[in-house]
Amino acid sequence: MTDREELRRALSEWEEGPVAKTVARFPEREEQFETPSGIPVKRLYTPLDTWDLDYDRQLGFPGQYPFTRGVQPTMYRGRFFTMRQYSGFGTAVETNRRFRFLLEQGQTGLSVAFDLPTQIGYDSDHPMARGEVGKVGVAIDSLADMEVLFEGIPLDRVSTSMTINAPAAVLLAMYIAVAEKQGVPMAKLRGTVQNDILKEYVARGTYIFPPGPSMRLVTDIFEFCAENLPLWNTISISGYHIREAGSTAVQEVAFTLADGVAYVQAAVNAGLDVDRFASRLSFFFGSHSNFFEEIAKFRAARRLWARIMRERFGAKDDRSCRMRFHTQTAGCTLTAQQPDNNVVRVTLQALQAVLGGTQSLHTNSKDEALSLPTVTSVQVALRTQQIIAYETGVGDTVDPLAGSYFVETLTDEIERRAMEYIEKIDAMGGAVRAIENGFVQREIHESAYEHQRLVDEGRRVIVGVNRFVVEEEPTYDYLRIDTEVEAEQIRRLQRVREERDARAVDERLEELRQAALGSDNLVPFILDAVRAYATLGEICGVLREVFGEYRAPDFM
Amino acid sequence: MSSSKKIRVVIAKPGLDGHDRGAKVVARALRDAGMEVIYTGLRQTPEMIVETAIQEGAHVIGLSILSGAHNVLFPRVMELLREEGADDILVIGGGIIPEDDIPALKECGIAEIFGPGTPLSEIVEFIRENVKL
Amino acid sequence: MRVDDLVQGVLGRDRRALARLISLIEEEDPVALDALSRLYRHTGRAHIIGITGPPGSGKSTIVTRLTSEYRRAGKTVGIICVDPSSPFTGGALLGDRIRMQEHSLDREVFVRSMGTRGHLGGLSRATSDAVRALDAFGKDIVLVETVGAGQSEVEVVEIAHTVIVTDVPGSGDDIQAIKAGIMEIADIFVVNKSDLPGADKKVTEINAMLDIDPGERGWRPPVLLTNARKGEGIPELVATIAEHYKYLKESGLLEERGLKRSKEELEQIMEYKLTRELLTKLQGRPEYEGAIRRIASREEDPYTVADRLIVEFLSSYKEESSE
Repeated sequence: MTDREELRRALSEWEEGPVAKTVARFPEREEQFETPSGIPVKRLYTPLDTWDLDYDRQLGFPGQYPFTRGVQPTMYRGRFFTMRQYSGFGTAVETNRRFRFLLEQGQTGLSVAFDLPTQIGYDSDHPMARGEVGKVGVAIDSLADMEVLFEGIPLDRVSTSMTINAPAAVLLAMYIAVAEKQGVPMAKLRGTVQNDILKEYVARGTYIFPPGPSMRLVTDIFEFCAENLPLWNTISISGYHIREAGSTAVQEVAFTLADGVAYVQAAVNAGLDVDRFASRLSFFFGSHSNFFEEIAKFRAARRLWARIMRERFGAKDDRSCRMRFHTQTAGCTLTAQQPDNNVVRVTLQALQAVLGGTQSLHTNSKDEALSLPTVTSVQVALRTQQIIAYETGVGDTVDPLAGSYFVETLTDEIERRAMEYIEKIDAMGGAVRAIENGFVQREIHESAYEHQRLVDEGRRVIVGVNRFVVEEEPTYDYLRIDTEVEAEQIRRLQRVREERDARAVDERLEELRQAALGSDNLVPFILDAVRAYATLGEICGVLREVFGEYRAPDFM
Repeated sequence: MSSSKKIRVVIAKPGLDGHDRGAKVVARALRDAGMEVIYTGLRQTPEMIVETAIQEGAHVIGLSILSGAHNVLFPRVMELLREEGADDILVIGGGIIPEDDIPALKECGIAEIFGPGTPLSEIVEFIRENVKL
Repeated sequence: MRVDDLVQGVLGRDRRALARLISLIEEEDPVALDALSRLYRHTGRAHIIGITGPPGSGKSTIVTRLTSEYRRAGKTVGIICVDPSSPFTGGALLGDRIRMQEHSLDREVFVRSMGTRGHLGGLSRATSDAVRALDAFGKDIVLVETVGAGQSEVEVVEIAHTVIVTDVPGSGDDIQAIKAGIMEIADIFVVNKSDLPGADKKVTEINAMLDIDPGERGWRPPVLLTNARKGEGIPELVATIAEHYKYLKESGLLEERGLKRSKEELEQIMEYKLTRELLTKLQGRPEYEGAIRRIASREEDPYTVADRLIVEFLSSYKEESSE
């Protein structure tokens, strides 16, 4: 056992001796190495870097506070991460077919992609929906579509994640109503609604209402689920889109957790007890290119959230402090050039997520920089996860990189830098304010622009894009959405409107309007409207009238 | 004093997708290249885009779309420009656009499509070479 | 486009002609001046309202809300949003339209974004000509929004009948900005984002400052609270703007200012034309370039050279005109 001083001396001897000699003859690739977040990377990490690491305080055991090493005691030794591929396109019939295919292929959870009109609360026949119906996901106008979407899929046996935000309550209500028809009580439903409106303002753009009423809808879901859907994840606080919009890893952690703080605070302000809802909060991150920074990011995020929940919000239940998260490999790192290379990128990114302790994983398909993925490329993406899980053995021990001098140092540094951001946002009056005045958007934009500049100047290498470029023949093998989909969906919608009890719909919508004007929990009213086959557009239309619509701030 | 002659560009996101990273980065790059860039934000209908371009005296319209609705929305923009007699405006597009959609888009008057991975300088150059001031 | 077409187009309410004219104005094209001189007698009817204040104080949102109110009252609206151009590249990012989307398909609302472009006369020349174009086009109301960055705020006054200065609750720094010269130019103060803490305090502060320096005007600028995002306080603002316009008319100030403005403008145009004439004559001439080099090397001084060149110019001009 060397003593600290002795090691320090030995290290500087090494630096001044062999290292200096080598560098003199063979200069290093860079003057200064750093991660994409700008964290300096040293030539070598030694026990000196982790000398003061307090195991109990900073790492602890898996499944225990502060959860740096993972949220369950046995992690993947018990059960692998949930393999959950995001999918959905065209009509409910087609997506239902893709769902069944994925389940047959060994996928263990569903993840629904909705088209943009659905995400923004427009029916398929709304003028704004033109050209968008069924494009990036499945079109859902009413309960009738949702019934088709889950036909033959027993909702008590799958867990379903729905990427839906502004109208999250409506789609959740439809899911509950379908389950009712299958005879499954809502208490048995497992799944997630994304329900993260703040990152929509910042990065993803499918907002409808202003922040005030939006936050009310979010906390209404928290409350409703705490009472009725104990197994449901009420929100997926998402850094993924923030990262896709161009943020760094540090910003991803910081802005996501700042959003998390805002949600918890809003729920507490609405009178909910932290330990009643916090264990059902979940998170969602991207997994990008820099191997160690990404792994450290996951670990840092877990620890930081645990501390925030305990120290800031006084959570008593450890489960309230436990950050469970979904990971998706980074869409923005996929290249349209030499798309086969994307399989390799996705593999590494998926591995990072597993080494970082993710609860579920989506691996991108290689052709997603070009269009929606084909069946074959989706299959390869799923196989990638299965190979990591079943062949590599990385899940056989928990948090295998803990104790690495480098990984622990990076973990500390990311946590520290993210916390600095959070404090800055606190000083502005919290995440909602920081978003309303455009701070968060500007920070992300700066990083995005900087990244593009580095790529254009060749200082950040992207294989096949700015280095190792080849002439390529364009590929023509991708999934096309039939233009007939829009017309067909509109016909379906019209049929629903004709066949339902119009008076019941009007009454339910009027009750919803009254509730929206007051302060009751809106979920039961939305559920009643959905059961009467009120459409998504009608429900959101009522709320638009009462709440108004959000307009984005200037970005510069 | 022709030094005041500036290229004016409207950067618009037609359709409903909210992925404006590319549009914003391009807007910024065009500004840094000395152009005046009018950024319109999300969820623009073709009608809104054309009206903006007319009022702003734009020389160029840059359309960015990632949702796959380009085959419907891009031609509509061109159609409206022609109706307004404003089809001297250079229109370029970007986003996630499959290769085999490009010929038809060019056919209807889109001057160029810039896919993922295009260096910013390439877009700047293209505008400078093709714009009608 | 020929001058005739341009003039006919603007008078015939053709949006494209108006847009084209403003482009020519921005490009300092002589055709624009021809057109403006022919349009001049059709101007003087619009109520021109300037809005300035620090970034983030909600100017665009206020403009949008005011526009809705005026449209509801059946008035047509022209909007000019001025943003700074980069001094290094000359480029500009003009994003104010983002918040004006609800009017984007209303044919009676015309929005034009302008970069400051480092014009010779700063903001005022091009902006006031663009305002004039909107006026000639027949807009009842012309709103001019400029970011509060010093110079341009003060220049707004020269164009506008009514100047609104916006501010938000919070940081005491803006008070400094207000002291530094905006105080004098405001006809109406608006403290926007009234839901933020400190809004009332801000109102009190501004009022206190107005009491210290009441100036000599017969109009004491009212301080209004708004929450533009929610539309709160906007009808009151519209009423106050109307009151101010009425005051200008009844006190004779409108006429007085009109005279003053005409004089200033005439002088400005003469100065501009003379300078341009002079420079076109001189620039590129070897003796001119030589004089510059001699000034740089301290063989001559710029004062004497300027006197000499102007005298030479004027006498040559005399010869020309007597021929």
